[in-house]
Amino acid sequence: MNQTLNLTINGRKKTLDVDVRSSLLEVLRDQTGLTSIKQGCGVGECGSCTIMVDDILIDSCIYLAVWADGKSIRTLEGESRDGILSAVQTEYVESGAVQCGFCTPGLIMATTSFVEKNKGQPVSREQIRKAHAGNVCRCTGYQSVITATENCLSTKEESSR
Amino acid sequence: MFPLESYEKAESVQDAIRLLSDNPQAKPIAGGTDLLIRLRDGKKGFGHLVDIHDLDELKQCELNADGSLLIGSGVTYTAAIASDIIKKHLPHLRVAAQSVGGPQVRNVATIGGNICNGVTSADSAAPLFASDAKLIIQGPEGRRESTMPDFYLGPGQVALEQNEILVAFLISRENYAEYTGDYFKYAMRNAMDIATIGCAATCRIEGNILQDLRLAFGVAAPTPIRCHKTEAIVRGATLTEQLLQKIGLSVEEDVNPRTSWRASREFRIHLIKELSQQVVRSAIEKAGGIIQ
Repeated sequence: MNQTLNLTINGRKKTLDVDVRSSLLEVLRDQTGLTSIKQGCGVGECGSCTIMVDDILIDSCIYLAVWADGKSIRTLEGESRDGILSAVQTEYVESGAVQCGFCTPGLIMATTSFVEKNKGQPVSREQIRKAHAGNVCRCTGYQSVITATENCLSTKEESSR
Repeated sequence: MFPLESYEKAESVQDAIRLLSDNPQAKPIAGGTDLLIRLRDGKKGFGHLVDIHDLDELKQCELNADGSLLIGSGVTYTAAIASDIIKKHLPHLRVAAQSVGGPQVRNVATIGGNICNGVTSADSAAPLFASDAKLIIQGPEGRRESTMPDFYLGPGQVALEQNEILVAFLISRENYAEYTGDYFKYAMRNAMDIATIGCAATCRIEGNILQDLRLAFGVAAPTPIRCHKTEAIVRGATLTEQLLQKIGLSVEEDVNPRTSWRASREFRIHLIKELSQQVVRSAIEKAGGIIQ
């Protein structure tokens, strides 16, 4: 049961032959080597598999790969350009929002989505917490993640991106 | 890999009905946030899928010429939250949509899927019950209408034939235009949790009189329910603290919650008595009423 998908992954056009039974997570990890995407819970609770499909944040473990046909996918791998970290990644480093790192790719995608939608708007820490409710982290206690997000929103347009 | 035995992509609702009719074992899949988990778990009955994910036909959210509201079954929670129509006319549904899961789930999960699952904890159910939403269902013979109470048969069971698709919810003008509402959810956590009790109220007030109240619950019985006894008792009453207490006392007659690992029956009844008063108070205040 295979199907050909035409999609854009981190800005590059790709054609993939996929088994229709696959999750998008499986296809991206196994066929394109994008291993920033982690399978944690496998039931859409931990958010370690978070990516964007047409700029919409999703859990790729409970998303059929065939649904990505014709769509544009963003994963953590595409966020840094030419070795330069994205504004969100930079703030994660500055705020110490990374510890063991397993959840970090998913969290960074959740933060990136939130920051892109709320740039220039006043945002409360409560709103930031709610926007990251779909991502579980066992190390940081989230405070540094919230701080990193706040800093992203308060910094002016990054020259690096 | 999901243990799928067959997969067909539907190009339209009509196509989906044809594909479902061709394979009596097949089920439709929309957002998949519940179904794919059950499928991966190896639960029986999900091995054959007809894919209605992202069908444009099911994503309308609009005001009809006759004043009724049409909400497509494929509207995601995120789309519902963003909809100006829902924000303006069905605020209780919007609050319920905001209480579901996290962003990733709300971006994909659909309101129709939430209802078709048949679970009593569906956050969209109580608001739709409170607004007397009609269900538009399409099958091989054409379209039919159903009501929320008729649609819910029991836990996990809904009145939808194997080859039918829930297309949309229809809320007539008299069921929303003069009503204001709210939704309260009690869960162990503030996000990413299933409701221990979900409670929706809409009301219509005139001066200091409660002209009408619609009170609906999720998880207060095997299916979502309306509290008709309580509604009848308080219709036409003056807006007082005693009125709220009366609701808290009467509502026990309307419900039949169970004990589960989430909460005991006794705790749920306590929540129902408290939340019913809180949600009605909020609905009245939103409508501009002053409780004496």
